[in-house]
Amino acid sequence: MTLLSVRDLSVSIHGLPILSGVSFDMAAGEVFGLVGESGSGKSMTSLALMQLLPQGAVAGGRATMGGADLLALPERQMCALRGREIGMIFQEPMTALNPVKTIGDQVAETLVIHGAASRGEALRVARARLDRVGLFADRFPLDRFPHELSGGQRQRVCIAMAVALRPKLLIADEPTTALDVTTQAQILDLLRDLVAEERMGLMLITHDLAVVAGMADHVAVMQAGRIVEAGRTEALFRTRREAYTRALFAASGHQPSRQTTRTEKPLLEVTQADRSYPLPRPHPFARPPRFRAVKGVSFTLHEGESLGLVGESGCGKSTLARAILGLDVLQGGAIRLGGEEVRAGHHMHRTMRAKMQAVFQDPYGSFNPRWRVDRAVAEPLHLLPEPPGDVPTRVAAALEEVGLSAKDGRKFIHEFSGGQRQRIAIARALILRPKLIVLDEAVSALDVRVRAQVLDLLADLQARHGLAYLFISHDLGVVRAITDRVLVMQAGEIVEEGATPRVFDAPAHPYTKTLVAATPRLPADWMEDADADRQTVV
Amino acid sequence: MLGFLLSRLGSLMLSLIVASVVIFAVVQVIPGDPATFMMGLNATPESVAHLREALGLNGPLPLRYLHWVAGMLHGDLGMSYTYRVPVAGLVAERLQVSVPLTIYALLLSTLLALPAGIFAAARRGRAGDLAVMGVTQFGIAVPNFWFAMLLVLFVALRLHWLPAGGFAGWQAGPWAVFKSLTLPAISLALPQAAILARVMRSALIETLGQDFIRTARAKGLSRGQATRRHGVRNALIPVLTILGLQFSFLLAGGIIIENVFYLPGLGRLIFQGITQRDLIVVQSVVMLLVAAVIVVNFAVEVAYALIDPRLRRPA
Repeated sequence: MTLLSVRDLSVSIHGLPILSGVSFDMAAGEVFGLVGESGSGKSMTSLALMQLLPQGAVAGGRATMGGADLLALPERQMCALRGREIGMIFQEPMTALNPVKTIGDQVAETLVIHGAASRGEALRVARARLDRVGLFADRFPLDRFPHELSGGQRQRVCIAMAVALRPKLLIADEPTTALDVTTQAQILDLLRDLVAEERMGLMLITHDLAVVAGMADHVAVMQAGRIVEAGRTEALFRTRREAYTRALFAASGHQPSRQTTRTEKPLLEVTQADRSYPLPRPHPFARPPRFRAVKGVSFTLHEGESLGLVGESGCGKSTLARAILGLDVLQGGAIRLGGEEVRAGHHMHRTMRAKMQAVFQDPYGSFNPRWRVDRAVAEPLHLLPEPPGDVPTRVAAALEEVGLSAKDGRKFIHEFSGGQRQRIAIARALILRPKLIVLDEAVSALDVRVRAQVLDLLADLQARHGLAYLFISHDLGVVRAITDRVLVMQAGEIVEEGATPRVFDAPAHPYTKTLVAATPRLPADWMEDADADRQTVV
Repeated sequence: MLGFLLSRLGSLMLSLIVASVVIFAVVQVIPGDPATFMMGLNATPESVAHLREALGLNGPLPLRYLHWVAGMLHGDLGMSYTYRVPVAGLVAERLQVSVPLTIYALLLSTLLALPAGIFAAARRGRAGDLAVMGVTQFGIAVPNFWFAMLLVLFVALRLHWLPAGGFAGWQAGPWAVFKSLTLPAISLALPQAAILARVMRSALIETLGQDFIRTARAKGLSRGQATRRHGVRNALIPVLTILGLQFSFLLAGGIIIENVFYLPGLGRLIFQGITQRDLIVVQSVVMLLVAAVIVVNFAVEVAYALIDPRLRRPA
């Protein structure tokens, strides 16, 4: 039974076309996946259906649901329809809830606003719906505020809110992208169960092929505002008719060719490192309790080695990275780089800092927007004992090494894409020829194809310069692609350590097993089919 | 919440103590003899000595400080040198004008500003928004004393609706007080309302861009419902900050308006105290104003916590 039928949907913003000729059908009780890279128009498609497009956007075409054209309904009727017929959840659970209202009120509001129940009755339904999404009354009474909940719990509240009136269609826009893998697995399970129970249609928007593969009955691949390919998930993923689909697949499983440069010479030695923060005082005269984010962590990173550090958000991996970079003071233990102790603050000598550089996650936030790129890339040079005379040459060389041109140095950072910015960040880290580069979620914000290119670049630079990497990520696939050895961190402790293939193929610690099991993966036999076909064609 | 209140109260007390020490030090300890300063060049040594005694300038410093603080706690602020009456009475008399005037002006300003700011934010970039922004620009640019004079000319002198100046006094009844404070309150309120409306507008525009507003819309709330139910309360924090600052400013900062309307307010008292070198009056009124600022800040922080549950933990 067709639930939603979209024909020739187009959207333009101030005359600039964003979507064109988007057509698809959705059935009740089925999961429809919409995959594509950022900017491909996935979210725009869903916002157009809800008539929640940004100002200046104009939609055309038809979207029929229950006999009505969603694109043509007046605002009044849309308000009656949103939340009742179509529920929607979004990517960022941390900001999706009103911070000053209780979770009970926010779930109940869906019912109250549609006149479906009195406030008291609505609160009773809210209780039942919160129970259904796994937030039980003993730990999650209705008067909890959003800030008292974790990201996964908040996403559950959002789901309860979206399904409170049992809508026919649920749109989930990257519902698990901001969550840890174990939480992601739980939320996806919940969504799958809800679809089966309520016979809802679920439109699952994601950039993650593996998530779609595990969830969707039908899938449409989007690129640059068009659907390039659509069909049953398994058939489509196995055959991969379109070049773009093949490129996405190749990139998501991309394994850069690496040659190991690992030596036996220790470069970074972390011994019994302890890092703790004061927490808010329970009452004004109490001694503030401390939170131990890193608990007696020890490991060694050798010259030329690529070491992964994986764990879920809040496990202490970034805190540890900050301590290693000498940005925060340790409360116990020691960190040595090339035999010399890393001391945070002014005790740290410039020559020490010059030996290690960092690349962070956010390609937008990690540059001063008012500096030209050459100035940003040249900045670490002040760590040298004497200012070098050939700064422009060095900057040009660094930019060329990361695949950009010397001319790019005169541009400002906003003129570059996310992937290019991350290349510039790598150039900045590279200009001093450091021994160690700390990469903290350095490819996590990038689209799969760009990510594959940056991983290739990192592998290539390591081979050429014998760099050591400390590669911090929550993404096991990426860590597997780029590291020799891996540390698994949980709640401030390293629970498992070993050669990367061994840890991921035969995890020993229960936590590593959970992580590996929770990571969505494309079925291996789906991957082979099309490759085999292509070989016969060639 | 209790822990939060205790910790805020603690810092309130601490601020009061620090402020009193600083004020005491500025008036009593800095070089130069306040008594000589107050009496002027032609004073006889005997009268200076007499004043020193009256000012409590003899004796060890800590004792003098404690004496001063103890006096204040008992409501004894000393004798005014120029008025020859207890400062406490003088201040109390002036507060009867300044406190109602400040509250009246703030109420007016809030009642005008918040709806105007919300109205403008909901119509961002459209005619209604441009109109509000234009009017508030005007309200900030026009000096309030000039506006006050226009009010006197039209409302008082031509229409005879309200008195042109002076304070009827509470013995004349609340209605008379209300009438004599209305024009000054309007004059004080307008520029404050203009600022407050702009703060409300920009805070609400920022809030309306947040993810949770999109969530609310996806639940089926109309634009207006989302603004009222989810936008306004989240946008109130910066508005409260400005309100707190305005209260402190209006309490003594309305001196020009007090002069235009010939009101015996706190602003004029401190101005007269300074011009007549009546340090006892100045010291007491300054302490009172500082205390008012500290108490208002405390009230503002409590209001923050009432609005936003994330701020309810002790600092």
